[in-house]
Amino acid sequence: MADLDQAPARAGTHRSTTALAALAAWWRPYRAVLTSRVRAQTSYRGSFALDLASSVLIGLVELAEIWVLYRSVDALGGLDLAAVLLVFGIADTAFSTADLFVGHVDTLPRYLRAGTLDVFYLRPQPLLAQLVTSEISLRRVTRIGVGLTALAVGLAVNDIAWSPLVVAFLVVVLLASTLTFAGLFVAAAGVQFFLVDASEMTNAVVYGGRYAATQPASVWGKPLVALFGFAVPIAFTAYLPVVALLGLPGAEWLPSWLGWLAPLAAVWTWAVALLAWRTGVRHYQGGGG
Amino acid sequence: MRLSPGPQRRGGVAGTPRAWLRVHGRLLASGFRRGAAYRGAALGGLVANVTFGFLKVSVLTAAVAAGGGELGGYDEAAIVAYAWLSQALLGSVNLFGRTDLADRIKDGSVAVDLLRPLDVQTATTAQEVGRALFQLLPRGLPIIVLGVLVGGMRLPTDPPTLALGLLSALLAVVLSYLLVYLVAASGFWTVETRGLQVLYMIVSGFLAGLFVPVTLFPSWLYALAVATPFPSLLQVPIDVISGRVDGAAALGAVGVQVAWVAAAFAVGHLMTRAGRRRLEVQGG
Amino acid sequence: MTTASGRTTTSAPAIEVEGLTRRFRVRSKGFARTEVTAVDDLTLTVGAGESVGYIGANGAGKSTTIKMLAGILVPSAGTVRTCGLEPVRQRRELARRLGVVFGQRSQLWWDLPLAESYRILAAVHSLTPQRERERTAELVERLELGGFLTTPVRQLSLGQRMRGEVAAALLHSPALLVLDEPTIGLDVLSKQRLREFLLAERAAHGTTLLLTTHDMGDVSRLCERVLLVDRGRLAYDGSLAGLSRTVGARRVLVVDLAVPAADLHGVPHAEHLDSEGGGLRQRLAFDDAATTAAAVLAAVSERVEVRDLSVEEPDVEDVVRRVYLSRGR
Repeated sequence: MADLDQAPARAGTHRSTTALAALAAWWRPYRAVLTSRVRAQTSYRGSFALDLASSVLIGLVELAEIWVLYRSVDALGGLDLAAVLLVFGIADTAFSTADLFVGHVDTLPRYLRAGTLDVFYLRPQPLLAQLVTSEISLRRVTRIGVGLTALAVGLAVNDIAWSPLVVAFLVVVLLASTLTFAGLFVAAAGVQFFLVDASEMTNAVVYGGRYAATQPASVWGKPLVALFGFAVPIAFTAYLPVVALLGLPGAEWLPSWLGWLAPLAAVWTWAVALLAWRTGVRHYQGGGG
Repeated sequence: MRLSPGPQRRGGVAGTPRAWLRVHGRLLASGFRRGAAYRGAALGGLVANVTFGFLKVSVLTAAVAAGGGELGGYDEAAIVAYAWLSQALLGSVNLFGRTDLADRIKDGSVAVDLLRPLDVQTATTAQEVGRALFQLLPRGLPIIVLGVLVGGMRLPTDPPTLALGLLSALLAVVLSYLLVYLVAASGFWTVETRGLQVLYMIVSGFLAGLFVPVTLFPSWLYALAVATPFPSLLQVPIDVISGRVDGAAALGAVGVQVAWVAAAFAVGHLMTRAGRRRLEVQGG
Repeated sequence: MTTASGRTTTSAPAIEVEGLTRRFRVRSKGFARTEVTAVDDLTLTVGAGESVGYIGANGAGKSTTIKMLAGILVPSAGTVRTCGLEPVRQRRELARRLGVVFGQRSQLWWDLPLAESYRILAAVHSLTPQRERERTAELVERLELGGFLTTPVRQLSLGQRMRGEVAAALLHSPALLVLDEPTIGLDVLSKQRLREFLLAERAAHGTTLLLTTHDMGDVSRLCERVLLVDRGRLAYDGSLAGLSRTVGARRVLVVDLAVPAADLHGVPHAEHLDSEGGGLRQRLAFDDAATTAAAVLAAVSERVEVRDLSVEEPDVEDVVRRVYLSRGR
């Protein structure tokens, strides 16, 4: 906006440079906060290294739990260890990525109690965008590493008929699942405007969702299918895409072709998330907070 | 360390044990009341525990079915009980490794606690156990009721088994705080105990059998787990309450818990003494 | 929309409020809810460039009003316009023209030095690099922030932090600056510095000031107009001198004498209140509008030898109480 005077009109490149400048201007406030957060987090080296290490360890322990269970059985809910590794890899990579960028919106109750949110009202950016970019949890990168490793191993040990379509499918699924989990965090934040004292209640859905995402959804009973199959479309983040990809039969109520609709789950989650956020902000501005 | 509900002795005995019991009874009660102050958080915790309970039950029962009706010594009824009881105990057994005491040691205000004519270890344990016992009401009981009504969980009803189960659960709660106390007390020597706390959180849940019963572990990992006090936090009380382990085996399991409580108490006691000396030398 | 200096040029009043009402439902006992009216049918206008003290007892509705001015709270009834904009609907536009200093909640990043907080805020408000340099330099110099610009905020004293907050709120050169209890907890010297700065800022840039305070010293040094709210309603709107006339908001000179003396009656524009220690310490009330502390002291010194003295500021709570009493009559 302020850079109009320094955009020399060179034919052809003019439009793209101004578009780029506008994008840079739009991004500048968020970039300023994020780069300073990154610097602050990495400046305490010992503490940061500890966070990185414990993230790996948590990921490994969760993998170990699956491995222990599969030592005694060949398959669970129609998935063998190779297939479930793929489910775990996609779910963990997507969740940890969402957690890295958006996970700190969990701290909203603290912001509400301390009045920090009021300060966001004094800045000319949308509230949600400010909240999301107010922090970044860099320590999750190692956790993403665990997920990606499981994913790579899962892709190698499963019998996959590789084609450009499969690659595109995997990319879309990872993106859609990450967005689904990010939307889940935002929806939880919206609800927390009403439940300042009971953020554990939203944790049930967010972190319960993470745990559910690594499971074969075929073992769920009807209440769980209703909750994590459709209301909160966790089954669409990893289980359904994997059964679709491997050509396995799905579960009752959750046929494997639903796996192709992973992006729809992301759209649905974000629709609910934005509605929850809007309602929450309205409630806050109405003074109920 | 007295673990039975209270001595049958009457007045006339030296006042010290009675005074000790009175003070610690009050601390326990104050911790209990403090737990009651956070009703919203307790409700949220209940919803989270129930959600995870349903997920655990489905995957574990599927595993039992896939294993031909038996898995690591658990049949379907036993594994259902395992899943729900572990969720019911989760609000009371400290698997996070966090206490307020760690902060007080870090910022130095523990010096005030050490000046009181009260043992810091027993006093904080009494308070924390009080708080943990309160959590049984809003989080433990509803989950057990839910497990019985919805989850088809069956529990033994004969008084001796029930009594032993309750004792085992109480020992697990006490042991968890004695262990967390060790994590906090390491702060007398290191500036930052967060690393140890995080490690405790990751390792304790896994080795206690939070998501998978320890009996499913491969033999080397099983041997490692039972060499630690962590199975005594969940696996043991669950097996004793559900009656999966009974008779002499149950008594033996509770005996192991008592031994861990005694060991953790002794180590904590020594650490407190050494820590106090260290503060006295430094704070001169 | 904005000029080169970043200042919005507008002839609209800084604040226009009509019939503004805000009710809250509060949980009383169990599930029963009662309705409390925090702001009650408030109508007022603050012109561009004015300097206004917004005073009232605790719970009088000051913070609620500020939140409605900033678009944080939606009014239950009535209309608000801040800098000519509707605060809730046009919040992001308003954020470019409004600065707020909340006494209790910080705009700064507690683990970062002030300098870095300002770099972030400059980006947040899209200041050009040149404008950022100029404005930061100006504020750092005038608020004397240079000595602790690289210290993490959490290590600053309250006075230093509050100056840092004021600079943060002014970095984007807002047309209207709202200060919620800016001097609370500050020592005398810090208060003095902050007041001098605010006067200078207003003189240099024509910034409209609205401040809530419990300190009559803030009002008498900074504000040419006083709005007094009582239980959500506007109880007084006018000059401080006028307020003093209405309710007698007097300051009190306390003198410790070398030797006990008779009660000091008859000092011009001052009234003897009481004596202690057989006349060793005496208290005289005087009206700020009619005389000065120096004049009263000079008059006293002509009659007795003064060893020590202090001046007690009138208390806002006291003023409010008196207004309330005078209206009740």
